[in-house]
Amino acid sequence: MQPDTTKKMDLVCPAGSLPALKTAIDNGADCVYMGFRDDTNARNFAGLNFDLTNAREGVRYAHAKGKKVLLALNTFPQASGWQRWTKAIDNAADIGIDAVILADPGLMQYATKNHPNLRLHLSVQGSATNHEAINFYHEMFGIQRAVLPRVLALAQVEQLMTHTKVEIELFGFGGLCVMVEGRCSLSSYATGESPNTCGVCSPPKAVRWQQTAKGLESRLNGILIDRYGEDENAGYPTLCKGRFDVAGETYYAIEEPTSLNTLELLPELKRLGIAAIKIEGRQRSPAYVGQVTKVWREAIDSCNRNAQAYSVKPAWMADLGNISEGQQHTLGAYYRPWK
Amino acid sequence: MKLALGPILYYWDRDSMFKFYDEVAASSVDIVYVGETVCSRRYLLRFQDYLSVAEKLAEAGKEVVLSTQTLIESESDLKTLRRITGNEKFKVEANDMGAVRLVANKVPFVAGLTLNVYNPQTLDMLAGLGATRWVMPVEMSRETLATLLDNCQHKPETEVFAYGRLPLAFSARCFTARHHNLQKDDCQFKCLDYKDGLTLKTREGQPFLNLNGIQTQSALVYNLIGELDTLKSAGVDVVRVSPQGEHTIEILQLFRDCMEQRLSPAQALAQIEKLMPEASCNGYWHGKPGLDFIRSNPPAATASNPH
Repeated sequence: MQPDTTKKMDLVCPAGSLPALKTAIDNGADCVYMGFRDDTNARNFAGLNFDLTNAREGVRYAHAKGKKVLLALNTFPQASGWQRWTKAIDNAADIGIDAVILADPGLMQYATKNHPNLRLHLSVQGSATNHEAINFYHEMFGIQRAVLPRVLALAQVEQLMTHTKVEIELFGFGGLCVMVEGRCSLSSYATGESPNTCGVCSPPKAVRWQQTAKGLESRLNGILIDRYGEDENAGYPTLCKGRFDVAGETYYAIEEPTSLNTLELLPELKRLGIAAIKIEGRQRSPAYVGQVTKVWREAIDSCNRNAQAYSVKPAWMADLGNISEGQQHTLGAYYRPWK
Repeated sequence: MKLALGPILYYWDRDSMFKFYDEVAASSVDIVYVGETVCSRRYLLRFQDYLSVAEKLAEAGKEVVLSTQTLIESESDLKTLRRITGNEKFKVEANDMGAVRLVANKVPFVAGLTLNVYNPQTLDMLAGLGATRWVMPVEMSRETLATLLDNCQHKPETEVFAYGRLPLAFSARCFTARHHNLQKDDCQFKCLDYKDGLTLKTREGQPFLNLNGIQTQSALVYNLIGELDTLKSAGVDVVRVSPQGEHTIEILQLFRDCMEQRLSPAQALAQIEKLMPEASCNGYWHGKPGLDFIRSNPPAATASNPH
């Protein structure tokens, strides 16, 4: 497929609550994505997400302003709870959700059969990193967009796009999964709950903080993830972002606590014909969502107006830097040497 | 139940690989999976080499399956994938939906453990496309498996990863190269130095994970040798042993002895523990965190011995 470089990139923003949804829309999101309040989505945290009444109100609010609402149903239905997932699909269709974001083929089949007009997006949890996989989901279930795992270099994304007519959505900003999404069971190995099975990674209920003589310790189900000196900022103990000992050396053996930020890649993403840029962070506050959305709206508008003249404004980076995990940014796998 | 040997997940030198498969050919294993499933940079055995290994194993009476790479990123990865799926002799284990697309409705295949089959609907769909066997995700419990199989219309064979360090995660990044401050593109093939991977410990010395290039494994060894009865009753047809640096053939023999009741589960467990690079875990099978170990078959008599 030839990339459509005249097409505008959509800004897809996270909504963990109705106030976050409204803030995202008010600050310029083209689409918001949300989840129901259970294990049918990969941000299954207490106090987060939407019941049916709030979801309905969210859809009404977005549609009134000409914006879209996507629903993440991106965990893998477990054999004993199948109806919870199919009911969520039925509800999504019923309240006028614009597209559902799915990872499980069985669930895609259900949606195709029962709601043929419901638009399907392939979730990042579907682990599709090549065009053969994406075209499989397209041929089998008619998915119209795929969200790519954060593992491909930009040249690989470009190559992939020449072989599929499925729209491509990329992560632009927010928490960085260093593992291929959908292919990581580290969390259930340590705690019994994983993104695939329960919609959580390093779940809060398994976290313990402890002040010791050696420093502040963070533990996950008793496993020491990190220990902080007095001059260090402690971060949430996501288990792949701790400091461990490998062959006598203590370091961030898997990944530093850092955020993905691809503002500088926008003209390149537009040249490739990327359909949408996704902002991670349904677990974040409305204030965070508002600030990130505002910066990205300005940046995307600037790039859409004139990609050649585009440059990242220091004020954008300063605004985003203040709210990023560990105050560090990376281009992740889009930049090959990161690998 | 049948006994299978999974693909070698580590990077060994060429002579060690051929020698290993000569021993496998002479062993009592029923099914052997061969192929590079972890990293495309591991070049010491090429497609033709794996084919010749497969031929030898087939001549020795083994069922041979060619396994595909799990993380497919580049056009060259796809080229290798197509050579495997297009081979006309051996069955293929598809470890990515891209591989499934290439074999679906054409030839029978094995649905690999990274396809994320968590419910009967997905399994039925894959069976409809030609899957004659599937490998359960490592994090699934006995109870969930039994419920899944009860609700399936098709019944492809069920295989369970029953011994070895668990393949828990895949990444674009190489953690072995990172340990040596190298980029993946210039990794100097450091994986060759670690025939069982590189153990990651907590700062308290607890063995937690195991770095194997772009794959992250459990440091503990998943071990269901004491669970052969519950595997069978849950509906499992094939148990998989994952190769390790040393003693793999002896471990296969212990599984065989236990399956044929020449050894009790407790005896087999006691013997296998002497051959393992790290302690056992089996929590997943019991619906617990994977690193837990539940001893279902305590050694008999010790508790009631008055002396």
